[in-house]
Amino acid sequence: MLNYDLVVVGGGPAGMAAALKAKECGVEKIIILERAETLGGILEQCIHTGFGLHYFGEELSGPEYAAKFIAEVAETDIDVKTDTMVLDISETNLVTAVNKADGLLKIQAKAIVLAMGCRERPRGALEIAGTRASGIMTAGTAQKYVNIDGYMPGKKVVILGSGDIGLIMARRMTLEGAEVKVVCELMPYSGGLTRNIVQCLNDFNIPLRLSTTVVETHGKDRLEGVTIAQVDEHLQPIESTKEYIECDTLMLSVGLIPENELTKNVGIGIDRITNGAVVDEMRMTDHPGVFACGNVLHVHDLVDYVTLESQIAGEGAANYILGKGSKETVYVNTTTGNGVRYLVPQRVNIKNENDVKLYFRVGRIFKNAKVVLECDGEIISSKKKVKLAPGEMENVIIPAATLAKMTKDSSIVVRVEE
Amino acid sequence: MSYDVAIIGAGVIGALTARELSKYRLNVALLEATNDVAMGASKANSGIVHAGFDAMPGTLKAELNVKGCAMMPELCKTLSVPYKNNGSLVVAFSEEEMETVKELYNRGIKNGVPHMKIIGKDELKAMEPNLADNVCGALDAQSAGIVCPYELTIAATENAVTNGVEFKRNCKVTAIDFNNGEFTLATTAGEVKAKYIIDAAGAHSDEIAKMIGDESVKLVIRRGEYFILDKAVGNTVSHTVFQCPTKMGKGILVSPTVDGNLLIGPTAEDIEDKDDTSTTPEGLKTVKTFSVKSCPSVSTRNAITSFSGLRAHPVSDDFILGPSKVNAQFIHASGIESPGLSSAPAIAEYLADIITKAMGGVEKNGSFNGVRHDVFRFRHATDEEKKAAIEKNPAYGRIICRCETITEGEIVDAIKAPAGARDVDGVKRRTRAGMGRCQGGFCGSKVVEILARELGTEVNTITKFGGKSNILFDKTK
Repeated sequence: MLNYDLVVVGGGPAGMAAALKAKECGVEKIIILERAETLGGILEQCIHTGFGLHYFGEELSGPEYAAKFIAEVAETDIDVKTDTMVLDISETNLVTAVNKADGLLKIQAKAIVLAMGCRERPRGALEIAGTRASGIMTAGTAQKYVNIDGYMPGKKVVILGSGDIGLIMARRMTLEGAEVKVVCELMPYSGGLTRNIVQCLNDFNIPLRLSTTVVETHGKDRLEGVTIAQVDEHLQPIESTKEYIECDTLMLSVGLIPENELTKNVGIGIDRITNGAVVDEMRMTDHPGVFACGNVLHVHDLVDYVTLESQIAGEGAANYILGKGSKETVYVNTTTGNGVRYLVPQRVNIKNENDVKLYFRVGRIFKNAKVVLECDGEIISSKKKVKLAPGEMENVIIPAATLAKMTKDSSIVVRVEE
Repeated sequence: MSYDVAIIGAGVIGALTARELSKYRLNVALLEATNDVAMGASKANSGIVHAGFDAMPGTLKAELNVKGCAMMPELCKTLSVPYKNNGSLVVAFSEEEMETVKELYNRGIKNGVPHMKIIGKDELKAMEPNLADNVCGALDAQSAGIVCPYELTIAATENAVTNGVEFKRNCKVTAIDFNNGEFTLATTAGEVKAKYIIDAAGAHSDEIAKMIGDESVKLVIRRGEYFILDKAVGNTVSHTVFQCPTKMGKGILVSPTVDGNLLIGPTAEDIEDKDDTSTTPEGLKTVKTFSVKSCPSVSTRNAITSFSGLRAHPVSDDFILGPSKVNAQFIHASGIESPGLSSAPAIAEYLADIITKAMGGVEKNGSFNGVRHDVFRFRHATDEEKKAAIEKNPAYGRIICRCETITEGEIVDAIKAPAGARDVDGVKRRTRAGMGRCQGGFCGSKVVEILARELGTEVNTITKFGGKSNILFDKTK
């Protein structure tokens, strides 16, 4: 059995940032366990630019953004095992992992950072009727085929879902010579970033059809076409609007799901909305010494925010290991008010003596609205926003002074006022 | 090459019959039209081993179901196929339906079904607390079970091949001639000669029979649609829960699967196209509506996939088993709808018996070994077994499918096995790689790579399930 102060599960942007921050805070023995062959996570297949604008102040490709952290990790004494899959985490933070070189590994950790990322929602979850032909895949799988393996997964493409990966792949496939016929979005608004709609669809004249979905797939061997239809206000397809579109590929970009199987096995509490762990302001879960950050905690739209959040988790883990941080713990839950779908962190230790930034997403589009933070019935801040959209993560800060006045019975509410 | 027996169709019936015949000194060919075994009804059905109270007394269905159900546990053990004796319940929602339950019980007694009893509401709810509150009672049949139908077919084929049966894939029979006591089969993989034919071609068995001029096989193709739900809700019920049967079949069931998922379905819809395994919005809706009637908590929000399967319903309503009236060397194995899977072990014996009796004095195959070769399953192994396996073969230490914890070693084994996997779905059925929550989103491309490497070919020649179901086109610019 091996012993480490900190075991980081996942070597993508979240895991690397958490490990580096913990190192910086003085943690000695750290190991990153990564299931892929290299560090970097999904960034390695994101060869488009647009990463790092917030964190580095420059525009980088995914591999470039990852490379900066990979180089930093290499300069430290943080151990890394790639091609290594974590199979289990016990109640006592004993990590079981496996790889070709070491076989079955048992690692006792003082603290653990969960940074497993997320996966794409597959077709089965969508109830699209029709055949089981080849050529139906998630946008991320298609992205790997094109950018990593160097093969075209299709020539005539329909994309369902306007999540960011779908939008990026619309452009990518077009640049590789494929014809992207249409991007269909079930909701009346896109789930992707505005900049991606402009740069990936509008610039290439790819139509985006809102309130439209794929109702049936056709073709016995390879996909030959799909039937699309507009949906009513209950998201049910409208029979009279059915339309057949010839295509050999259907790419799905219909949502990301944090990969929390390990988390659930440990018995850690999960937020029903984020599908990630319930955490405090240092990103510690309800299992002492286990932290979570990045897309395994809640799905982010920008990797820059993943990095920032993971640094908090890294610092939290370091405090836990080194016995630093707030001496006292009094938790107050954060509450979603009008228009707010979720809040991370879900609870705040009011004794922590620092400002706490709450991240949130709205449930629908708001125009000219106000984001209001209300603590114990008092409006702490009210910020005007021209537009709020589910696709863009927002935040609001609880000042340390406000926290200092709170008791265990206090309330923290974030809401949207129209 | 001239064979004693050519079996047409490598579904569960063809595969188990091939294995049964490999117990004798016979040259047997198992001909499959597609790229893999179990590509028809055998890969897409409920996976239920019925107790045997449904069929009318005196029918082949009744006799072979009860017999097959009794044979299944031991056969699955020998072939390392997952089987579970979870029992079944036919649930009644009214006093009228309780009458049906009593009728089924009496029929079961006539058919020789063991370990049945009629239970009342309280006992039923105690056994299955997630059932609807308006249940009245049920028929509890303890001999019923669940099995993985395609794994049974795969295992039986592997074992048959190990014992000398020749498996030919992509070998679609297009015409049959009969001269000097021997059949000549024209196939898409060349000519095959055989003294006997067993027509186990499922939905297409009527077309095969017509090739010798036998028009007697009358089939109606009936489609059934299903959902597979996540393992998180796999324990909603522990028994296989049926509603009272109608003339279209046994209705929508709710059942655990041997892999720990929850299965709901099937619908029953007669269709024209024998290969149309598409799902329909209406069908999926029906599954939802009726499964909720049994278990209100069932929700397709937990669906990981939906699928449909075809069953060849015989107009005669009974299995069609035995020599053709046109040519006694042509043996029918048609109309094997439910309880076909349950009956399969008994059907295989029944057919082998016909062949050996007809040929007379067939010697036993002294070297027959009915035990399937060892299949290593990382996810079921203990830590010690895992360590030992990885030491022997490091590929067992590399997880490819993260949702189901499937290793590279197991995938390579599946490709190298007798009658092994040649496509992505074949790997999936043999190993479960790609069958979990992400449905191959992450591991799909790795499976394609491993297939290409092991088969010595380019990744863009790899298919999802044979034919023109290629996954990739040309290289990028």
